[in-house]
Amino acid sequence: MTGDPLFHDGVDLVDIGIMGLKVVVAFGFLLVATMFMVWFERKLISDMQNRIGPNVAGPWGLLQTFADGVKFFFKEDLRPENADPLVFRLAPYISAVTAFLSFAIVPVGGVFKDVPGTTGTVNIFGRETFLQVADPPIGILLLLAMSSIAVYGIMLAGWSSGSKYPLIGSVRASAQAISYEAALGMSVVAVVILAGTLSTHDIVAHQAGGINTWFLVTSGVIPFIVFLIAATAELNRPPFDLVEAEQELVGGFHTEYSSIRFALFFLAEFMNVITMSAIMVTLFFGGPAGPIFFGLTWFWPTIWFMSKVMVFLFIFVWFRATLPRLRYDQLMDLGWKVLIPLSLFWLMFISLKELRASNDWNWIATYAAAAGGLLLGGTLLITALRAGDRAYQKDSEDA
Amino acid sequence: MAGGMLTIARILRPQRPTRQKLIAYESGVDPVGGEWAQSQIRYYVFAVLFVLFDVEAVFIFPWATRLEVYGLFGLVEMAIFIFILVLGLFYAWRKGVLRWV
Repeated sequence: MTGDPLFHDGVDLVDIGIMGLKVVVAFGFLLVATMFMVWFERKLISDMQNRIGPNVAGPWGLLQTFADGVKFFFKEDLRPENADPLVFRLAPYISAVTAFLSFAIVPVGGVFKDVPGTTGTVNIFGRETFLQVADPPIGILLLLAMSSIAVYGIMLAGWSSGSKYPLIGSVRASAQAISYEAALGMSVVAVVILAGTLSTHDIVAHQAGGINTWFLVTSGVIPFIVFLIAATAELNRPPFDLVEAEQELVGGFHTEYSSIRFALFFLAEFMNVITMSAIMVTLFFGGPAGPIFFGLTWFWPTIWFMSKVMVFLFIFVWFRATLPRLRYDQLMDLGWKVLIPLSLFWLMFISLKELRASNDWNWIATYAAAAGGLLLGGTLLITALRAGDRAYQKDSEDA
Repeated sequence: MAGGMLTIARILRPQRPTRQKLIAYESGVDPVGGEWAQSQIRYYVFAVLFVLFDVEAVFIFPWATRLEVYGLFGLVEMAIFIFILVLGLFYAWRKGVLRWV
């Protein structure tokens, strides 16, 4: 049984109503969460740097982001005369919309059991449904697609500004985002191999059996580490924030943006942090899985989910407070020469391990064959590189 | 939602553009040279490499979901595929394309 049980026997008005409700709730939740994320980050950073941080608006400065948001509305919206009018206006929309859309695939709650078909559903108005806005069969691919499209937002913003800092910032951003997206995709493949599905709901359902079945453990910790690093880079968060390195580029791609358009970029950025944390929890930490104690059973998974996400939000802020920014060449080296080969290797290893387990092959023979294959591959690779070197030398001698 | 925010903001905010406000920001001094700065060609190489790996992902994902079905045959196929890909990556590496100068 796949897909949201809400749609299994026809779609009527109540189904559409529930769907709309889910969209509105997820949307509102995400907005509020983003507001508090900004506050959380500022407060935490200031604690780590021995400052006080926001403390005027509301208790503990909780309403600081709200105040900032209101202020954005009253600010003049400048469009530099060199800017491309249409694209300059379009870019913030692309960023904001993709940020919202990728959250739709995250299952935020529901009791997941090992019983197939009845898993992970909650009862709203007498209908069984998943606690996630959408469960497309291509789930995780949607995330990758959205993060690809988000690059357009950044690239177009920088290009259309008709100014130098934004252009450099956006080109850097695009190069960085696409480099790490390859690694991101490869590390997700490990999870997909284990789950045998792309749907986020089914991925969570596969991890319902306790910590030992979390993909963090079953995939070896490597894909998670690759994913965490790649996600940090993908989000342009420190230590990979070369995109908006203030000391070099002023504000990066959004230098020329002001007022509410800037607010949209800002919103998208923090929303993406929340979404990425949620995706990480979904992929590697069992999503809303966790022990259920008493009272409302549907309530606990959501609590577990949120606390896991909070841990990752803390980690992202922690990164920012702790790690110095990388140099651009180091950034590219890490992406292409470490993360991608590592995740490719691990991908093959995981698939071999899975196949061996399911087909009951002799493990010595399997791994011996794998090692032989690796050795053969390595030898071929080195031979090819040597041959290339010789040809290159010969060419340069001839010339 | 984004559209709504922009509309509200349009009503609320002041609009007094002046010549000074509209020129591109360049740390307070007047912009030097043309407004469309040139970017370096080395970014382009990474873009091409990315296309390669992204297309690869297109092939890997379907295989990953149906790992059990294709079994050993699929595994060996994929190993060969990835080997060719890694060969390309190493070629680029040795060629100095990945070196950021």
